[in-house]
Amino acid sequence: MESNKLSRVDYIFRPETNRLDLLKRVMSKEKDDFLLELIDSGLKGRGGAGFLTGLKWKLAKEAQADKKYVICNADEGEPGTFKDREILDRVAGKVLTGMALCGYIIGADEGFIYLRAEYRFLSSKLNKMIDEINEELKSIGLNFRLSIRYGSGAYVCGEETALIESMEGKRGEPRNKPPFPVTEGYLGKPTVVNNVETFVNTVIIAEIGYQEYKKLGTDSSRGMKLFSISGDCSKEGIFELELGMSLADFVDEFGDGDTKAVQVGGASGFCVPRKKFKETIIGFEGIPTGGSMKIFNSSRSMYNVLHNYLDFFQEESCGQCTPCRVGCQQLFKGIMAVKRRERPATYLDELVKLAETMRFASKCGLGQSVGNAFVSIVENFREEIVY
Amino acid sequence: MINLTINNIPVTVEEGTTILDAARKLNIRIPTLCYHEDLCVAGNCRVCVVEQVGMRTLQASCAVPVRENMQILTNSMKVRQARKNIIELLLSEHRADCTKCYKNGNCELQDLANEYRTGNQMYLDLVHEKSFTIDMSSPSIMKDDSKCIRCQRCVRTCAELQGVNALSVANKGHEMKISSFFEKPMHEVVCTNCGQCINRCPTGALVERNYIDEVWNAIYDPTKHVAVQTAPAVRIALGEELGFDPGERVTGKMVAALKRLGFNSVLDTDFTADLTIMEEGTELLTRLKKAIVDKDATVSLPLTTSCSPGWIKFIEHTFPEFLPNVSTCKSPQQMFGALVKTYYAQRKNINPKDIVSVSIMPCTAKKYEAQRPEMRDSGYQDVDYVLTTRELAIMIKQAGIEFLKLEDEQYDRFMGDSTGAAVIFGATGGVMEAALRTAWEIVTGTTVPFENLNITPVRGMEGIKEATVTISGCKPEWSFLEGVDLRCAIAHGLANAKQLMQAVKDGKANYHFIEIMACPGGCLGGGGQPIPTNPEIRKKRAEAIYSEDEHMPLRKSHENPEVAQIYQEFLGEPLGHKSHELLHTHYKARKRY
Repeated sequence: MESNKLSRVDYIFRPETNRLDLLKRVMSKEKDDFLLELIDSGLKGRGGAGFLTGLKWKLAKEAQADKKYVICNADEGEPGTFKDREILDRVAGKVLTGMALCGYIIGADEGFIYLRAEYRFLSSKLNKMIDEINEELKSIGLNFRLSIRYGSGAYVCGEETALIESMEGKRGEPRNKPPFPVTEGYLGKPTVVNNVETFVNTVIIAEIGYQEYKKLGTDSSRGMKLFSISGDCSKEGIFELELGMSLADFVDEFGDGDTKAVQVGGASGFCVPRKKFKETIIGFEGIPTGGSMKIFNSSRSMYNVLHNYLDFFQEESCGQCTPCRVGCQQLFKGIMAVKRRERPATYLDELVKLAETMRFASKCGLGQSVGNAFVSIVENFREEIVY
Repeated sequence: MINLTINNIPVTVEEGTTILDAARKLNIRIPTLCYHEDLCVAGNCRVCVVEQVGMRTLQASCAVPVRENMQILTNSMKVRQARKNIIELLLSEHRADCTKCYKNGNCELQDLANEYRTGNQMYLDLVHEKSFTIDMSSPSIMKDDSKCIRCQRCVRTCAELQGVNALSVANKGHEMKISSFFEKPMHEVVCTNCGQCINRCPTGALVERNYIDEVWNAIYDPTKHVAVQTAPAVRIALGEELGFDPGERVTGKMVAALKRLGFNSVLDTDFTADLTIMEEGTELLTRLKKAIVDKDATVSLPLTTSCSPGWIKFIEHTFPEFLPNVSTCKSPQQMFGALVKTYYAQRKNINPKDIVSVSIMPCTAKKYEAQRPEMRDSGYQDVDYVLTTRELAIMIKQAGIEFLKLEDEQYDRFMGDSTGAAVIFGATGGVMEAALRTAWEIVTGTTVPFENLNITPVRGMEGIKEATVTISGCKPEWSFLEGVDLRCAIAHGLANAKQLMQAVKDGKANYHFIEIMACPGGCLGGGGQPIPTNPEIRKKRAEAIYSEDEHMPLRKSHENPEVAQIYQEFLGEPLGHKSHELLHTHYKARKRY
């Protein structure tokens, strides 16, 4: 597989152009034409799961219902991710425009930002902008109203169906799928749930055109992405890069010269050891990420890294399904038992099998992805786990 | 119709069918734990996962509907490995002290562990790391979190079937557990003690408070006269615990077994069920007269039944403003208890302090009811011990009685006579039917205008039933009822009761008489009945109850000769002074929290 050259771009934080002109331009076209362009652009969800955004909108548009909803998932909780906060702080107008765009396309008249509890400090600014945009939308005859809903601090509520349950005032637990939110979402109505950055991307596509957008990234990973870079790095913070670069190039640019491993995609992502930097592509053809890139240098103990992630998961599992609730505890306590010699090193093999079961059999993406970090760290740094 | 294959066998099923049901159609059993036919699908235990060819993840077969050309494997390597791991995970958070467990032998987790030969514990024991205390605060229900596998059947039962929400999920991750409001003990929350959670708990996390040893001790005590009463719904379900199929009537065998256990007298709650009809029927007619003739605006109508102690606690918490509408009649169990230590003691010339009054009930709320402070009108606790159908079965097994081979025996006298009207108290609609049979006859002097006395409109498993009876042919003293449409409603399961009472509260429904039973199907589906329960089993039990009624020589409460006798010798008349003292009670408004 060919990787892209690492290249920094600047679309997301570029100052907003006239949003009403943009909306009016889209509204002058056939909805299906815009959907085709969106699908053709290749934009995939920026939350990490990577579902084709245009297709999601198309399914919601085709769903028959008296009421539909648009939800912006701003429950940014993946350890090491902080780019949505920055977007909402600096270019919230683009997010809200993207939501209005979606509402227009699918036929929804209400949109909600599900804002992570820790980001409450953004709300006065956001509410001011929401009031402004609600008025503007009215002025161009777009029947779509925005408002904020707040999360309460559970990581699992970033999972879209748990998020919806939480918005409905229930315990934040993922639902059985199918049905998916595009047919039965908030209050049982068709609902599009997209990440903050995804909405901004739809606005960029409407602005520069899908053909221009397609020039960015690779065949499987179109466009650019915000990366939240942290850990042992030479430069830390938020960087907008084209998708599809190799991890080796990434580490050259951002590492501190002594990089041992990179955790791509946060706690639910994969740990890539130095020997695999060259062959690893950051994107949907390789390792996708919601933006979190955590760099570890040789002074770090990968046992501690894993311990930290598993402690996080055993606490943040919603607890409803067996593989995730009990599996997380077993993995967490299991590596400690091996470290303390209470279980033989071969017990790690049983735990790897358990992690596989969690991948296949858990109810939602949380439980299904605990195995990513576990297996990649245990397989690549087994010695550090045992001794 | 949808075509798919399961384990390479083609099958065609209706759209919307789950993979689990499609497999059952092919006689392929997929194990389940959190799934229950009475409840909404949770899909959280993951024991029922199957492989869908082409999909990366396994699918919970209870939750996923079939799609055209699906290829399902229920026993592939991937499935087996996952299922075995999941069962082992559940065992690692479950205190598996099986031989000491009350549910030993009737535990769905134990069955699965056996089936998968889980053998040596593979994973770390998570139970011993945490400290658990068993909540024994309730006189009815024991909750042991160390046995809980978090399937949430109890939570769904309490919310969906009962509308009570005494049990709910608390915390997340490794601390997630089934809890009560603010983790208060069970006796301090809105729990109605109905025990429906016990009926659906797959393990021993929720069981009844059992009083088996106390009852044995009473039996062994030579200074005590132990009188036992049996509720209507016990006789049609006890067999299920002792080798019979659901729906078998075992009244005679049950009586024989109770005598062999050593009870000094084996009596029948059905007797006081008949008495309830006399009292409650009179109460209804009195209230109707006050409303229609005296135009008394303060009279509380509709009148609701009071036999179900789960319902009583529910209305005390949820609709305390309707307490004046509840019949003041004690439940048949408590009427019996009050009479056994007065009337019966006198007639038998036994000092009531030497009588131990035991009842066998399909119910766990009866345990609570017996301990209510107002239930001591005889001067003693009227009912000393309440055993469930399940506890009686345990005693029969302990005593080495071969139940299947027992010859039928008869109840003792006094307070052993009953009618078919009393038996049907055990089914939803039964109290209504029994009351109508008697009230109609009191008012008109003729039998109810339904073929063979079977008032079928009030029967059946619909959650809320309504019936209107136009009264005609009244005797002169009841002429004020001529042409009156008597509007009746029946609800079973407290969620239905809640809905019905809310409609009454909102002024959307207008009835004279309402029968409410806390449990689905009425007492036959009570929280003390054999496990498992499902709609099919409850249907069979109902058939058995109505068949028992048909086989009784007397089928109207007022025809019970012992009932006539007790009014003549002891009580005087329905709603008379003595009745008020012994057979009626009052209620207490309680808070929602």
